Amino acid sequence: MFTLANAIKGKKVKVIKLLNSEISSKLLEMGLYDGQEVEVLFKAPFGDPIAVNIGGYVLSLRLDEAKLVEVK
Amino acid sequence: MSFKKIALVGNPNTGKTSIFNRLTGLNQHVGNFPGVTVDKKVGRVKVGDHNVEIVDLPGTYSIYPRSTDEKVVFDVLNDPKHPDHPEAVMVVVDASNLERNLLLFTQIYDLKIPVMLILNMSDMAYRAGKVFDKAVFEKRFPSVPVVDTNARAGLGMNEIKKNLEKGFSTENHQAVLENYELKLGADLEGQSAETTQRFRFIQEFLKELVQINPDKVRPKKYEWLDRILVHRIYGYLIFTGILLALFQLIFSIAEYPMEMIDTVFGTFSNYLHDVLPPGIFTDLLSQGIVPGLGGVIVFIPQIALLFFCLGILEETGYMARVVFIMDRLMRPFGLNGKSVVPLMSSAACAIPGVMAARTISNWKERMITIMVAPLISCSARIPVFTLLIALVIPKETVFGFLNLQGLVLFGLYSLGVVSALLVAIVMKWIIKSKETSVLMLELPEFRSPRWGNVFVSLFDKIKVFIFDAGKVILAVSIVLWAMANYGPGDRIEIAVQKIEVPVADNDSLQTIYRQDVASAELENSYMGILGKFIEPAIRPLGYDWKIGISLLTSFAAREVFVGSMATIYSVKDDGEENVGLLHKMRSQRWPDGTPIYSLAAGLSLMVFYVYAMQCMATVAVVKRETNSWKWPFIQFVYMGVIAYIASYITFLIFS
Repeated sequence: MFTLANAIKGKKVKVIKLLNSEISSKLLEMGLYDGQEVEVLFKAPFGDPIAVNIGGYVLSLRLDEAKLVEVK
Repeated sequence: MSFKKIALVGNPNTGKTSIFNRLTGLNQHVGNFPGVTVDKKVGRVKVGDHNVEIVDLPGTYSIYPRSTDEKVVFDVLNDPKHPDHPEAVMVVVDASNLERNLLLFTQIYDLKIPVMLILNMSDMAYRAGKVFDKAVFEKRFPSVPVVDTNARAGLGMNEIKKNLEKGFSTENHQAVLENYELKLGADLEGQSAETTQRFRFIQEFLKELVQINPDKVRPKKYEWLDRILVHRIYGYLIFTGILLALFQLIFSIAEYPMEMIDTVFGTFSNYLHDVLPPGIFTDLLSQGIVPGLGGVIVFIPQIALLFFCLGILEETGYMARVVFIMDRLMRPFGLNGKSVVPLMSSAACAIPGVMAARTISNWKERMITIMVAPLISCSARIPVFTLLIALVIPKETVFGFLNLQGLVLFGLYSLGVVSALLVAIVMKWIIKSKETSVLMLELPEFRSPRWGNVFVSLFDKIKVFIFDAGKVILAVSIVLWAMANYGPGDRIEIAVQKIEVPVADNDSLQTIYRQDVASAELENSYMGILGKFIEPAIRPLGYDWKIGISLLTSFAAREVFVGSMATIYSVKDDGEENVGLLHKMRSQRWPDGTPIYSLAAGLSLMVFYVYAMQCMATVAVVKRETNSWKWPFIQFVYMGVIAYIASYITFLIFS
């Protein structure tokens, strides 16, 4: 499964769905609904957390959180 | 119709605080929401001929809470019986990011509370080439007035006031989701389904509402800055550099006003002692209350400077980057990237540090941060360290260029930081929690600080320090003063009578006499008796009962140690240099002739001050922030135990 955690920096991807977890509703509220176009802008040292452009604003996510976002 | 009480709601980083500050000026105060430790900012704005009360609710992305802060928004808006339930709500949305911002708006709109929409940061939206079609919005939400603002420039405030005066209602309410009910508590699936429906609506609505004007779309400024600030090498180098510069600045500048405050309170205390009729009341005032107040106020310069600098870093958006690069490093310790700010604040004073931990939404990470924050050496420890280092560490250079005394001070600070991290690891294993740890932090665009916000928040923090820490420090000072001035029966009088009164009217002899009397009084007071009582317990650490007294008096604030020492050794407390005191302390001997303040005892005492929780004000604040006596109790005990063991080991190693 391809998730936001494996997404390549600078390449636009589309959210397919959020995996079930207690924080999915929060990820959704931050704008990660299915169909949303996102792009990994940069990563923190050690590759975690990552900064993602979601519809014009920048959200930082831990890899554990990004793993819950299935993208293509 | 016009309102009496309205609430201000919005996502974080929308300029909500700026709008609140613009509307209310300094006509605001900070309190707490009933039953929770969440700052409640209330201000007044004059509208027409009457005042409207504005409650600034914590920033949130959704009405469904994920932290104590956000829960307040939910409680206040959802429960009409809540004492802070408003008649109407102003929702601030960031015009450059409508999609995410409108989610909260539609949630609140569907609660059927009268709503006004504040469209802020118009210039950034303009830069992104977005044009908001008001007519489209008003057609869909006829009851909602829309105001364009640029909070930074202060534009649109009159428009807001006009709308508040005119009033607005829920007439012609056209729900986004019909028969809407809040999905309470654990119904996460229900919440997700609802949010998805709302985003579908918003996506469709935005197609009509916003026209993107391709001519005006310009690249975001400063994106290159992020690549440097979060770089694996430069990122940490810059952060370390900023930290060093910050503390250098604080300690070098704050010294002057601190000395001034010390002098003013010292002089005032002497003045009161001289002009008021002798008696208990005069002593209480001149030796208990005034020095106690001075002990609170003397920390304000350092605390103000630190929070001023932190405020600027926060406002520019840099702090969010620090959280971003520190998160991975803090995680193994059971901490969060967001723990960095509380821990940095604790280097000035643990009280604002403990309070800054409120931004950490995860309960466990917040508790660990609070529990270890007082291990970071605060400004009250500096006078103690300075005295003890001057006492037992020779003025030498090592490896040709390092100042040994400075090196020891650096070592003490490092000891505090390393210990904080180690204790955090232990707490991570002990504290049980099923809550998932999350980061999910917005990285706001870089911008120049809005000075109004920096100063208002600085003002709030100092106020909290004065009132929260101040009252405890003052109360403890008074108790300690009483204990140091009264003894059982006529024990003090008898001891004083034994001292020979100088016959000659010689100033220096008189001074020596007075100092000897003060010393004898202290020795025979309840405090002196207590000091002797605990001597067997602290003897293994290399301390005598006189040091014991100073350890006890330090509970008001650690720096009281120096003043107590001066009284015990009956020397004049001469402020910065402590020449007389140092001389006297060096000459102290145990009955067997060995010096009391040996290298071993001095280091042991320094280590004790690194660890021991000798600050009642912090205890009180931890109690308030954790809402129980359990946490401050655990903290007091664990820090005490470490202090004792570590000092004992230090004493053994060096003697």
